[in-house]
Amino acid sequence: MRRVYLDNSATTPTRPEVVEAMLPFFTEHFGNPSSVHSFGRDVSKYITESREQVAKLIGAKDSSEIIFTSGGTEADNLAIIGIALAQKNKGNHIITTQIEHHGVLHTCEYLKKYHGVEVTYLPVNEYGQICLQDLENAITDKTILITIMFANNEIGTIQPVHEIGNIARTKGVLFHTDAVQAIGSIPVNVQEMKIDMLSLSGHKFNGPKGVGALYVRKGVKLVPHMHGGAQERKRRGSTHNTTGIIGLGKAAELAMADLDEKQKKLTVLRDKLIKGIEERVPEIILNGHPTERLPQNVNVCFKYIEGESLLLNLDLQGIGASSGSACTSGSLDPSHVLLAIGLSHEVAHGSLRLTLGIYNTEEEIDYVLEVLPGVVEKLRQMSPLYNATK
Amino acid sequence: MYNEKVMDHFQNPRNVGEIENPDGSGQVGNPTCGDIMKITIKVEDGKIVDCKFKTFGCGAAVATSSQVTEMVIGKTVEEAKKITNKMVAEELGGLPPVKMHCSNLAADALRKAIADYLGEDFTEEEHDHHHDIEED
Ligand SMILES: Cc1ncc(COP(=O)(O)O)c(C=O)c1O
Ligand SMILES: [Zn+2]
Repeated sequence: MRRVYLDNSATTPTRPEVVEAMLPFFTEHFGNPSSVHSFGRDVSKYITESREQVAKLIGAKDSSEIIFTSGGTEADNLAIIGIALAQKNKGNHIITTQIEHHGVLHTCEYLKKYHGVEVTYLPVNEYGQICLQDLENAITDKTILITIMFANNEIGTIQPVHEIGNIARTKGVLFHTDAVQAIGSIPVNVQEMKIDMLSLSGHKFNGPKGVGALYVRKGVKLVPHMHGGAQERKRRGSTHNTTGIIGLGKAAELAMADLDEKQKKLTVLRDKLIKGIEERVPEIILNGHPTERLPQNVNVCFKYIEGESLLLNLDLQGIGASSGSACTSGSLDPSHVLLAIGLSHEVAHGSLRLTLGIYNTEEEIDYVLEVLPGVVEKLRQMSPLYNATK
Repeated sequence: MYNEKVMDHFQNPRNVGEIENPDGSGQVGNPTCGDIMKITIKVEDGKIVDCKFKTFGCGAAVATSSQVTEMVIGKTVEEAKKITNKMVAEELGGLPPVKMHCSNLAADALRKAIADYLGEDFTEEEHDHHHDIEED
């Protein structure tokens, strides 16, 4: 059976070049990079190179501003908890949005529950963007951190990061952004955008899973959350995940070299997919922003049907996708992002997210466009909501 | 996630549709929680001779709806009334624990359709509305 992977925002396949770069670090260069001897020094050099690649990818001034972590979630936790603890004497207020990844939302909830931190959750408009005036209004003299994602993982909406950075810098508040979905897909420059901290994750841009990084601008102090060794300039204890870090560095290098081409290619495929669905299936809603949108993201609600049924049917035809339906999230509520952009529960249950990657082809899009309308129609014919309105 | 029998019912749902001029009809669930089922029945001489369903819901919801229609056709109304959600799930060879909520509606819809046929009142049971699984 034909198989088409369209869930690249969940994870991506690791590029063969990345795997190849990693392999010698399992066997040949196995030393602990913190060791004094040649076995360790030998590896340490390559870790530094990886750090430089990651710094370059995001336009950081210096590679010492990069802390390697176990992924995007840990980077979010380290940034937010690290600042909340470091700035305890300055204030206890954090501003975020209603549509963050749970890596940010649940971290804020934790701080609220156990550390008395106050959290403002900015609403978003129908396209998923915050209002800059809301942000300015929310800042008080107790505000220590603004954490707003660069681009959303479900609906692909890109926030006005430049403007947010300006506001934060002007008001003297630190700005962290979860850029896990943006890195490797659109240009990101921490210096130009006045970003103080940024989370990224290797497996979202064809690097290995279980490795990521937090950028922390020089001069920003945070309290570490992994206590132990002196690795990462005492900001994150634990023996380096050498193979992962090497893989992340290689993925960063490739992502930078291929960024323009990838962005162009995915945008073409994305627009073909959106247009094709709009032409072939009636009564749909395109979620997210029409233009300020990640090149890899398509998110559509099909009225009268439920997302998990849709996913199962697509899976039976070899297509891997995802949904914000309650039945795929494990709660009774559909995705908080879809509710935040103002969708009703009923419509939100029928969402489908198709996310593109570097290995997708036009023929694959054609295949999806061939299969999808039939699947939707089959489920609509089965739906008591469909007839009710016909 | 789902076993073969569940997937078979999901892929080839039995008795999809709506009986015209049914003897009993019952709809349960609501769009907020993500599952809605409608069951219609035809009764002759105290026996359910036809049963059809329409479902808005996940794989478990579709499969249990399909399964309940199969279980009920040919049974007397009194026998059919005794079908529980648990029996439907068992007949399907089990469902993932997180899906029990979604599977709770099929037998309810059936009982509501039977109540409609008999002219009795139907009160929907309160089910535990919580799925407890890990996120990713
Ligand atoms: C926006 C966003 N932040 C954070 C994460 C978590 O990253 P990781 O899987 O590396 O912990 C993800 C991935 O699901 C994401 O999409
Ligand atoms: Zn369900």
